[in-house]
Order: sequence, then structure tokens, then C-alpha cells
Amino acid sequence: MKFFLYITDLIVPLVIFVIVSYGIMMRVNAYDTFIKGAKSGFFTVIKIMPTLVGLMVAVGILRASGFLDFLSELIGNFTAYIGFPGELVPLTVVKMFSSSAATGLLLDAFKEYGTDSYIGLVASISMSCTETIFYTMSVYFMTAKVTKTRYTLTGAMAATFAGLAASVVLAGLMAGI
Amino acid sequence: MLNFLWAGMILVGIIFAAFTGRMPEITNAALDSSKEAITLCITMMGVMSLWVGLMEIAAKAGIIRSASRRIRPFIRFLFPSLPDGHPATEHITTNIIANVLGLGWAATPAGLKAMEELSKLEEDRRRGRLSGPVRKPGIASNEMCTFLILNISSLQLIPVNVIAYRSQYGSVNPAAIVGAGIAATAVSTAAGILYCKIMDRGGTG
Repeated sequence: MKFFLYITDLIVPLVIFVIVSYGIMMRVNAYDTFIKGAKSGFFTVIKIMPTLVGLMVAVGILRASGFLDFLSELIGNFTAYIGFPGELVPLTVVKMFSSSAATGLLLDAFKEYGTDSYIGLVASISMSCTETIFYTMSVYFMTAKVTKTRYTLTGAMAATFAGLAASVVLAGLMAGI
Repeated sequence: MLNFLWAGMILVGIIFAAFTGRMPEITNAALDSSKEAITLCITMMGVMSLWVGLMEIAAKAGIIRSASRRIRPFIRFLFPSLPDGHPATEHITTNIIANVLGLGWAATPAGLKAMEELSKLEEDRRRGRLSGPVRKPGIASNEMCTFLILNISSLQLIPVNVIAYRSQYGSVNPAAIVGAGIAATAVSTAAGILYCKIMDRGGTG
């Protein structure tokens, strides 16, 4: 555990050190090159700013309306039959929209059921094998000025559900069920 | 797609709130979210400038080229019609490496640059300068779909944040889920790649 946190602390300074020292070694004009890159990064953010406002407002409205909780409860009644704990449906649904909101629910689940319970394990594993679908898609596709996303959503859903199924099975094995 | 998704989220939210009497919350949520988006962008600008700046040095020094060479077979397998040496390749490579290492702050900038390059690639295809299927502007290419699905399927090996939360909430062995997490990530990524391969073969989709 300590080892992993230690690595996390080290990795960023190390990456910066390696890049800058390697650049100097290869006789790259590091400072000027950095400024040039920084400028292009800066403008990429400016370009996605309106997207982000539009998207976050939509998610904010949907979350505040209580619709997500309603949806989760509705789905939860069905998922219990296929072995997915209904308690975690809100977490799973919210994770598709927002990572920070999902973190809040994850901590809630840890408090309520314990980190090493079956539910805690499913939550931990599923959170580490899925990403926010709608946020990623909107930001990435807006950058590319794409509105017709073809099979991206279904593919992303397929990957997410495969991950969730694997989480349930693996947590079951770990908890000895 | 995004058009209906976006409008749907807003309309469903407001109608639902009207029935549950949460209209004041909607007002706050709409205003706060817009502010939050700009705050997020301002934070992101700093990180993004830092990272893209560093990547520029790395690219000039040849670090990315040697890294891409190592995972080239993998990239070629995923993006069979991406022209060799296209600028998108290096951003895709960086994005994949950053994702695997769990450096979300580095993965997003590289991912956005990759999408920019992929849309330039589409532009070139429309003008007949590069080979590949020609699509109208605004339609995702196969490369974009694959790249997005790969990103969403999660590639992170060690879920550091989940481990940290687990230890915070008194787990006896917070890192116990690392093995299972890697296995589950492998399953979700494999499912995503399989799906892309099937759709790729389907041609125009």
C-alpha cells in the first residue's frame, strides 16, 4: 500500500525530470520548445470551454432534478436478479456521467457497507475498471467537431458492462461467495 | 447523437424537477455548473499548458518516437488504416501510456490533441491527400471510435485513488483489489477492442 502511494508521489516529478534532462541532452532548446507547446495546450482548452459549460450545465440539471436517483432505483429492482447489488446502481449510473460525483457515492458506499464487504469490493473493482462515458465522449468529440458518433456509445457501453460483470464475479471470488 | 443527448438531459431534468418540486435546485444547479465549468477550464489551462509544453520537449528530443516504436504493433493492430507516422500516432501513444500509468491529468491533454489530429486526418482524406474512407464533416472516423472506446474502457493498471479511499475508510488491505482491478480492466478493454474490431470489419458502420 505504502509502496503504491510512494510511487504516485514520485511519478510526476520523475516524468518532468526525465523529459527536461533528456531534452537538454539532445540539445533541444527546452525553454522555447516548452513555451510553444504550452501555447498550443492553452488554446485547446479555450476551444473546449463552451462545450464544457454546455455539458456540465446539462449534467448539473439532471443531477439536481433527482432523475438519476429515480433511474437508479428503477434499474436496481432488476439488477438484483442478475446478481448485481442494487445498492451500487446509483454509483454505476453516476460514474457514467461524472467522476467526482461518483467519488462521493463511492465513499458513501464504503461508509455504509464497509470497504471489504462484498458490496465494498464490487464498488472498488468496478470503479477501477470503468470511466465516465458521456463526459469523455462529449469533450473529445467536440474537440474534433464531430456530432455523429456512430458506434462509440454502444462500444463504450459494451466495455463498461463487461467490466461490471467481471467486477461482480471477481468480488464474489474474493469474498468467497 | 450528442444533440439529442444534451437536449434530452436538460429537458428530462427540468420536467422531472417540475413534478418533484425541485425547481429552485435546478436554478442553482444550472448557474453553479456553468461557473464550475469555467473554474475547471482555468485549472485545466495550467495543467494542459504544462503538459503539452513538456510533451513538445519530449517529442523534439525523440522520447515519444522511441516509445511509439515499442508499442507500434499494438497501435497498428488497433488503428489499421492510420497512416504510418501520422502526427496523431504520437498523441495516441502518449494518451495510452498516461492512461496505463493512471496519469489522468496527462492523458486528457494528449487525448484532445489526438482528436484534433484525427479530425485533420479526416480533412486530408476528404481532399484525397491521404488514403482511407471518406466521410462528411462531423462524422466520427473509425479511428476516433476506437480511440474513444479504448479510453472509456479504462486502461489504468493501479487505481491509486480507489486504494487511497479504501485505506481512508479502514480497509484491512486497501491494495487487495489491485489484482482484481487489473483483471476487470483487462476484461473491459478486451470487450471494447473486440467490439471495435467487429465494427471495423463492418466497413462503413
